Amino acid sequence: MTEARYKNAVTELEDIASDIYKQMDKGKIPSMKIPVRTKANIKFSRKNHVWTLGKSMGARSAKKLNGAYMLLRTLHMMEFIEDMISNSRSSTLREMYYISEGWEQAKFSTQNESNKLAEDLEAITGCMREDFKLRPEEDGARVIGNITLEEVNRKGQKKKINCRDDVGDSGYGIPYNVEKDKIKFKDIGVKFIIAIETGGMFDRLVENGFDETASALLLHLKGQPARSTRRFVKRLSVEHNLPVAVFTDGDPWSFRIFASVAYGAINTAYISEYLATPTTEYIGITASDILNYELPSDKLNEQDIRALKAELSDPRFKGQFWKNEIELMLDIKKKAEQQALAKYGLDFVTDKYLPDKLGEMGLM
Amino acid sequence: MARSIAEELAKKQKEISVSEFFERNKHILGFDTLTRSLLTAVKEGVDNSLDACEEANILPEIFVEIKQVSRNEYLLISEDNGPGIVKKQIPHIFGRLLYGSRFHAIRQSRGQQGIGISAAVMHGQLTTGKPTKVKSKTSKEDVAHEITLMMDTKRNRPEVLKQDFVIWEGKEHGTRVEIHLKGKYIKGKQSVFEYLKGTAIVNPHAQVTLIEPDNTKTEFKRVTDKMPPTTKEIKPHPEGIELGILMKMAKATKAKRMTSFLTQDFSRISSRVAKEICEKAEIEPTMRPTRLKLDSAKRVIDAIKQVKIMSPQTDCLSPIGELLIKKGLKNVLEDQRPDFYAPPVTRDPGVYSGNPFQVEVGVVHGGDLPSDAPVKILRFANRVPLLYQQGGCACTKAVENVDWRRYGLEQRGGKGIPYGPAIILVHVASTKIPFTSEAKEAIAEIPEIREEIEWALRRCARRLQIHIKKKVRKKKTREKFDIVQTILPKIAEKSAKIVGKPVPKLEPIITKIMDVVWIDDLVEYEKGKHNVTISLYNYTSSRKKFNLYAVVPEGSIDEKSISLKPTRIRKSGKIRWELRAIPSTEKIDITFRLKGLDKDDFDEAEIYVSGINPVQVIGAEPLPGDWDLDEEIQEPSTLDDFIEEEQGDEEMEVIGEADEEVEEVMEND
Ligand SMILES: Nc1ncnc2c1ncn2[C@@H]1O[C@H](COP(=O)(O)OP(=O)(O)O)[C@@H](O)[C@H]1O
Repeated sequence: MTEARYKNAVTELEDIASDIYKQMDKGKIPSMKIPVRTKANIKFSRKNHVWTLGKSMGARSAKKLNGAYMLLRTLHMMEFIEDMISNSRSSTLREMYYISEGWEQAKFSTQNESNKLAEDLEAITGCMREDFKLRPEEDGARVIGNITLEEVNRKGQKKKINCRDDVGDSGYGIPYNVEKDKIKFKDIGVKFIIAIETGGMFDRLVENGFDETASALLLHLKGQPARSTRRFVKRLSVEHNLPVAVFTDGDPWSFRIFASVAYGAINTAYISEYLATPTTEYIGITASDILNYELPSDKLNEQDIRALKAELSDPRFKGQFWKNEIELMLDIKKKAEQQALAKYGLDFVTDKYLPDKLGEMGLM
Repeated sequence: MARSIAEELAKKQKEISVSEFFERNKHILGFDTLTRSLLTAVKEGVDNSLDACEEANILPEIFVEIKQVSRNEYLLISEDNGPGIVKKQIPHIFGRLLYGSRFHAIRQSRGQQGIGISAAVMHGQLTTGKPTKVKSKTSKEDVAHEITLMMDTKRNRPEVLKQDFVIWEGKEHGTRVEIHLKGKYIKGKQSVFEYLKGTAIVNPHAQVTLIEPDNTKTEFKRVTDKMPPTTKEIKPHPEGIELGILMKMAKATKAKRMTSFLTQDFSRISSRVAKEICEKAEIEPTMRPTRLKLDSAKRVIDAIKQVKIMSPQTDCLSPIGELLIKKGLKNVLEDQRPDFYAPPVTRDPGVYSGNPFQVEVGVVHGGDLPSDAPVKILRFANRVPLLYQQGGCACTKAVENVDWRRYGLEQRGGKGIPYGPAIILVHVASTKIPFTSEAKEAIAEIPEIREEIEWALRRCARRLQIHIKKKVRKKKTREKFDIVQTILPKIAEKSAKIVGKPVPKLEPIITKIMDVVWIDDLVEYEKGKHNVTISLYNYTSSRKKFNLYAVVPEGSIDEKSISLKPTRIRKSGKIRWELRAIPSTEKIDITFRLKGLDKDDFDEAEIYVSGINPVQVIGAEPLPGDWDLDEEIQEPSTLDDFIEEEQGDEEMEVIGEADEEVEEVMEND
């Protein structure tokens, strides 16, 4: 990332501080406006075909105890970020949370709080957390398949890696920074990407050699995917026109994993344009699959039912396909894991299920 | 008349043995389950001990120990320092069921509530086959006698197995009973522990010790040396007399004529009234009462209803009293650290069907009491805890009928048992407690009694409401203190540093955030004196001038100690100050001393204000409309008006704050 981006970040942050200062100088109770990040405030962007943040703003005012704490924390965090930028350092979000130990009353009580504040600052300034020198501690997902990329390693050397031949069974690990200054795609020998929720299913497809039989890049999402994973998928899809298929368990939480890959997450809707791949297809497990394949299943619990009902009013699940599947799942009150397909043998998923599904989409 | 029904039952079953009678009526007698049997046995012993001590004017020391002998067998030891029982009486009291079948005296006593200690002896004998041991000593000079006895259940006669004279070391007088019985010892609700805990609360003059089967020893300490006033025996009041009892009394009387029978054997009947009754009942005033026939007795009862008779005397009751209820509650509940003991309420005596009764309530709130559970109701009848049949009791019904939402507790739909961190105590004292059944676990829902309880609860709850309101508002304001005193200066400093400018002035922002007059009272107790400090902070943006009022216990104020001269002090303990204007962001303190009170007599000043919008004041209530009346609020309508008025305030508060409510909601994806 270039120096210009960091400079811009500093200017943006100083604007916030200066606004707080001006209010106080006029004898007003200081407050800070923040875009509201809830289901009610996301809008479909026709231009980018992703769900982005709407215009609703909330205020954080020093009139309330929590608001006052948040203002003070924001100022502390700004100071810390500016220090990092001027000293060319960076830190993980977790380190950031521990740094706050030194802020007395302003310290965060959970890391979730500090993560959210970092997201708030992104949403207000339009910068990305990488511009603030903050990075997540969690690593990205793994991929296996015939693509060759060039990574700038920690010694500053460029290294070419083929993600099928140069890696072990666990594949290539996606780093937290996947922008062009770090990773360049050199040679693409696959026709599409299959993004898989669980490690068990990923390993099954690898063992069955499905990356080669289907000419696919296999990608393990590791549950709700990290930003860098989504960004990685987005770049491949935009830069190399690769279709993306998401393959998850059949339950409401997995539907949300698909939605965040395809349309963006509510929490980070302000950067959906960078992260979401709206052409993504969903290949199961659906409620219809549970019926058609008579898959072994579990009963929905109360949280599941609540989550499904919430999805019915979630704009990301608006289409007829999702309406039918969600209602069907509520109707049969059942959910199933991807690995339930093993009911018909270890090869069933690669011999029958995926070829059928991918065939429907013209990918195989 | 506690025994009359059981007696009737027993008589009808003359041909069968008392043990069979006992078996058939176990549920009434309280010996139907293992846990209840043990509790009933303890109850019979402890109630007798307390009654005996009080009659003899001795401060009670009660000792209960329960030892586990085998899985279901226990040894119950119950000991007191009462007057003791003469040797001759012991076998009869402990070895005969329903011994001394006489009318129970009409007086407030605990003894009414069980069938008697001999039932426990019988239960023990029937379930374990073992005898009961009684030791008793009647005076310091005497030796104690120890008697081991069993019951001859066929003849209902005691059978003394062994008797001895023994030295009872360290005991001047008292009685000790040891009974082996089948039972089950439990903890928690409806346990022996709960029963003794309740007993300790309403008998603050008693020292109660319990040793449980696992050897845990609990001591409920005596908190007052004042004996409850002795209860007087009174003659029955004619109102509400039952036909059967009238017939019995007429048969047993010593009087020779109807008129003298009526004047001598009943209370509140003058000879004029007696003549009037005879006239209305169309019987000769000179008739021999023993000749009273069923139909003329009926007419007497009708006549009694028609003539005007003075209400029964009520000086025969012995309430616990407001101060002692508070002390009792504090003594026993202190480990749950409640933060508020609402001043308890003892109502004036009332009358139902010719029986005097009196209601007392207390409410405890906060601390470690669970806030998400229904409130705990402690029910008492003549100082005896009631542990069963809570739902069917007038005490519970009264609690359910009060709209607790008005007073700061949660209650769905304004009916039912409220939720919140509170304990409600209800005590009913009467010469005749109207129990719902012979099991004597719940007080019947007599409208007069239920309504009295409701009134008492509302009175008590109003103080609770003031306390809760004050607490909630103070907490909110305390948060604002945090903001203006620590966080805001830091925000100013940091933002100034980031933009590289001087730190802005905070006063105008502080008054905007606070915008209240904050009143805080601090009470410190030191060597017989309460030092009270009332602090007033003006955290609004303008000068504030208003009047301040405080209420302290009558006669306790040390006038010379008041740091700021009041405009008026009243004998009843009401103090009034017309304050000079307090400038914005300034504070004044008023201090004074109270003398001659116990530590527990005073822990929170009652503070009111006038001449200022009450919404702007935290820590004091608006001056009530009845301030100038030195009597307390009695009229229901006045009380309701007052509550309505306060609710009005609350709404204003919400409107005043509505602009703050810009809350944000975040969702995790
Ligand atoms: N612990 C005791 N100390 C002195 N007297 C006792 C004691 N226990 C019982 N008594 C006497 O025995 C009487 C009968 O007791 P009991 O059979 O339990 O019936 P009740 O308590 O209903 O009168 C009491 O009224 C009292 O005079």
